[in-house]
Amino acid sequence: MDSGNAFVAALQLIAGFDPDFLRVVALSLRVTVTAVLIAALIGLPLGALLALSRFPGRALVIVLFNALMGLPPVVAGLIVFLLLSRSGPFGPFGLLFSPTAMIIVQAVLVLPIIIALTRQTVEDLWREYHDHLTSIDLVGLRAIPTLLWDGRFALATALLAGFGRASAEVGAVLIVGGNIAGYTRTMTTTIALETSKGDLPLALGLGIVLITLTILINAAAYGTSRIGIRYAG
Amino acid sequence: MRETSSILPLQVCGLSCEIDGARLLENVSLDVATGGLTALIGPNGAGKSLFLRLCHGLLAPTSGTVAWQLDGGRRSGKKRHAMVFQHPMMLRRSVVDNLIHALATAGETRGEARRQAVAALERFGLAPLAKRPARNLSGGEKQRLAIARAAVLHPDVIFLDEPTSQLDPGATRQIERMLTELIAEGTTLVMATHDLGQARRLARRILYFSRGRLIEDAPAERFFTNPASPEARAFLAGELVW
Repeated sequence: MDSGNAFVAALQLIAGFDPDFLRVVALSLRVTVTAVLIAALIGLPLGALLALSRFPGRALVIVLFNALMGLPPVVAGLIVFLLLSRSGPFGPFGLLFSPTAMIIVQAVLVLPIIIALTRQTVEDLWREYHDHLTSIDLVGLRAIPTLLWDGRFALATALLAGFGRASAEVGAVLIVGGNIAGYTRTMTTTIALETSKGDLPLALGLGIVLITLTILINAAAYGTSRIGIRYAG
Repeated sequence: MRETSSILPLQVCGLSCEIDGARLLENVSLDVATGGLTALIGPNGAGKSLFLRLCHGLLAPTSGTVAWQLDGGRRSGKKRHAMVFQHPMMLRRSVVDNLIHALATAGETRGEARRQAVAALERFGLAPLAKRPARNLSGGEKQRLAIARAAVLHPDVIFLDEPTSQLDPGATRQIERMLTELIAEGTTLVMATHDLGQARRLARRILYFSRGRLIEDAPAERFFTNPASPEARAFLAGELVW
């Protein structure tokens, strides 16, 4: 099949709401959204805490989280694989080669992004708000909700950046998910597999969805910042 | 509603502050009693803003004490002194939400905070701006909101750090009207200003600072007609004393 025909077939797959195609898309979104939510629940307060606290070695921790933003996905996949494998500490839970394992590995990849960007956002806000918040006795941990809320538009962009990284990821989910048809096959792993098999329409169709998703994420990030300027100043 | 027991008088004793090896405030002692506006005047770098920050507890002194009649300037656990800064910092929220945040932080329920916030905006003529993003206001509007945000907490004392330094005469007049209202209802104001006309209009007491020292502490009328120190005389004459 030439690439022109493959492209038409891909569009037909999308327009025809092919069940297998939709299942892959739905699983990918479920895994990524869940991973980002978990990472946000952990990363937002942790990033804010890091921004406001002072302790020996803090600079090292900041550098570490900044560096982990570029953590190679296959390395993350390998580490989570070792932890979840039968001989690993979490082996008895039987999570390897399941959507849960993929959620865990994506959360591991997204968490440093959310922590690092939250730390930067909250630290900048604290510098700006310090006098006023100190004046009204809102200091230490009590200041965190105010700072997170006032940084909400910048932090939403951080979450979208995390979503972008997770949704485009292939190596880590392949290692811990196993790319099992109908169970752990995501858009990215399917594209890799189908391309190697020569089934271009499915790979192209998923590629179109993935690119559309990326555009939508960027549009959402841009829209969020515009809304922030308009409604929060 | 103002409660009867005041955190005043404020007693400042031997207050000194050193930052990065530089002595910026040197052995300042004075009392601040209830009522009226006390104006801090003097050249740039005289220590006026630093003095206000030390009194408000934003900075710790190198030596000396800031003692309130009630422990720590608090009553029923709540801080009873507020501060308005030269560059008012607004939260990334609407005008009314800036007031609600201050009230909620002080322990009011959400509903009560909203009620009081709306009443304060009405009182200070800010109601038409209630839903606007506070950071998009003009300089004068921001400063009026900052004063309303401090006043809504019903403090006994408000420290003001050059609140009109960057405002035009119209906005300055509105601010001075607010300050006059606050004084009339019994709030004690301690304000740093470079505007001698403003100090004449509003203050009943003048603290003249220079090079980190309190040079003169006098009733406003006497200070402006017959300053005791040669330096204050030169300052009032418009000479470059620094």
